[in-house]
Amino acid sequence: MITAISIESLAVARGDRPLISGFSLALEAGEAVALAGRNGAGKTSLLRAIAGLIRPSAGKVTFRGDGGEIAPEDAVARDAHLIGHQDGLKLSRTAWDEVRFQAEWSGGTAAAARAACARLGLSSLLNLQVRKLSAGQRRRLALARLAASPRSLWLLDEPLAPLDRDQRGVFGDLMAEHLAGGGLILAAAHDPLPIAARAVEIGGGQIGGGEIGG
Amino acid sequence: MLQFLVNPERFMAFSRWAAPLLGLIALGLAAAGLALDFQAPPDYQQGYTVHIMFIHVPAAFMSEFVYACLGVASFLSLIFRHALAAAAARAAAPLGTGFTALALITGSLWGRPTWGTWWVWDPRLTSVLVLFLFYVGYMALEGAIEDEAKAARAAAILALVGLINLPIVHYSVVWWNSLHQGSSLLRAGGPDMPAVYLAPLLLMVFAYMAGFGALWLVRIRGEVWRRRAAVAAMRAAG
Amino acid sequence: MRAFSLIFRRELALSWTGGGGPVLALGFYLAMASLLPLALGADPARMTAVAPGFAWLVLALASLLSLERMFERDFEDGALDLIALGPAPLEMTALAKGLAQWIAIAAPLALLAPVVVTALGAPVGLAPIVVACGLIGGLGFCFLGGVGAALSLGSRRGGVLIALIVLPLFTPPVIFGAGAIEAFAAGLDWRTPLLLLCAYSLAAGALCPFAMAAAARNALS
Repeated sequence: MITAISIESLAVARGDRPLISGFSLALEAGEAVALAGRNGAGKTSLLRAIAGLIRPSAGKVTFRGDGGEIAPEDAVARDAHLIGHQDGLKLSRTAWDEVRFQAEWSGGTAAAARAACARLGLSSLLNLQVRKLSAGQRRRLALARLAASPRSLWLLDEPLAPLDRDQRGVFGDLMAEHLAGGGLILAAAHDPLPIAARAVEIGGGQIGGGEIGG
Repeated sequence: MLQFLVNPERFMAFSRWAAPLLGLIALGLAAAGLALDFQAPPDYQQGYTVHIMFIHVPAAFMSEFVYACLGVASFLSLIFRHALAAAAARAAAPLGTGFTALALITGSLWGRPTWGTWWVWDPRLTSVLVLFLFYVGYMALEGAIEDEAKAARAAAILALVGLINLPIVHYSVVWWNSLHQGSSLLRAGGPDMPAVYLAPLLLMVFAYMAGFGALWLVRIRGEVWRRRAAVAAMRAAG
Repeated sequence: MRAFSLIFRRELALSWTGGGGPVLALGFYLAMASLLPLALGADPARMTAVAPGFAWLVLALASLLSLERMFERDFEDGALDLIALGPAPLEMTALAKGLAQWIAIAAPLALLAPVVVTALGAPVGLAPIVVACGLIGGLGFCFLGGVGAALSLGSRRGGVLIALIVLPLFTPPVIFGAGAIEAFAAGLDWRTPLLLLCAYSLAAGALCPFAMAAAARNALS
């Protein structure tokens, strides 16, 4: 159970291009942070670096639990959700096959996946192939694993983009409950999050144009 | 040596004079080797075509030697994530491909008068051909991935997979040959080579190695300059 | 163990149903086999001589066909992120992918192989050794191919690139398998080459997942 993360002077480069440098942030249980910054500032790369997918060129990320420090690999493998731009869904499989795999793979149960789908208003769609679903429905399907499998750290990359206002409301309730239960949320978002969150701006003026790592 | 060279500044200072020096050594050794070679009497079986051996055998040796260099550089770049090792691997591949192609072409030219055919599925030639395909695959992979750092790592993994496979390929090809033909063709560079040929052959092998060393250093320098130019351009763009 | 069974069941379902599944490889195999007599002339003596070797080689080629989907789909739709943050290391996922590919693609090809060999004019008695080579060699083809598939992530023209990377690596298993079939047909010692093929495929199955995982991590980073 992750109860705090601290990021110390993290630097991330893409190829020869420095993207983020000297980024520090401390996040405690029950807190949400909204990462702001223009396209190409490195929000996605930052989230992927915290998840351990990208190796930072400098600095470090420390995860702490009730029993002290947790090794980063264990922390993210057991206790972090990363929702990226893509939903990770196979078009040829049914929504239920996919959501169940995603939930079980991240440590949840089939029953919890079904309950999460009901909450997100997806119950009637579960027997359809993913290819029949709209972008908003697919995103909600991907978000269902947040509710279906309990993991403390949510790393969300533009989670709201394809959702309409009502759905954002439902998702806001999910996030609020997660925080109330001692969870941590780090979200990159252009639009304001539907919950109260500390805003952190990344990327000064030193970054050139381009979409790498947007 | 390695410890000393991993610092790019020191590498650049060292290679600046080492590359031309190695080039000169290569030329000297090659001149000596060829002079000895042309003083040697023509082979009683092969006649003057035996001279091809002095181009072919060192090239065949170098094709494997360079792959070993490529493997070591790839290993270092994978484990220590050192940019210079990645540059060295990247720089070695086209040179190795060149040596391998030279070995195949001269082997074929040599085969025509000796065996009466342009190509024989002899285990050595077949191994060298597979090695050539390894090089081609390496360069294709390295060139196909957009992101340079990722391309280098992927190519390094492939080089190691190839390095593990190379002895197995060689063994399997020899085994395959023993299965398919009893007739033994002429073996180039066998152990019973007369001394008149051995001395120039060894000189040529060393000449090739020095020449490779010179070209390799020059190519690594080129890689370093290219990276520096890219970084400078990125800075200038803000 | 639970994690392995989860990912293995998913991979098997995807290899079996997604994008044509074994039908693609089997169709390619049959189509190539039907072209052989058209290219060589249907002289039975000549066909009998080349049929086993040809059938074995085309089996190796057919096992390349579905490789592109092995990692590429998960990479493109973001599922590889989810898998990488799961309870099992990527090496285990790579093992599951290779085994799923073996069961869904290589095993059907191995079962079709004796039909192809016999139709091309080789004796029916070769069927057991052809199936054995197809199954054992197929394991090696799937894992070597998986390395190629993982390495070519993020590249242009993935399919052709995989073939170019992987085919030279197929040299030993192709030689050992063809040797076993040939020795069996000639009544010679076929156990040695078959054991060599076994050893090669098992080593590939044991080592390739590490290369696949390293390549996949590199592509994700």
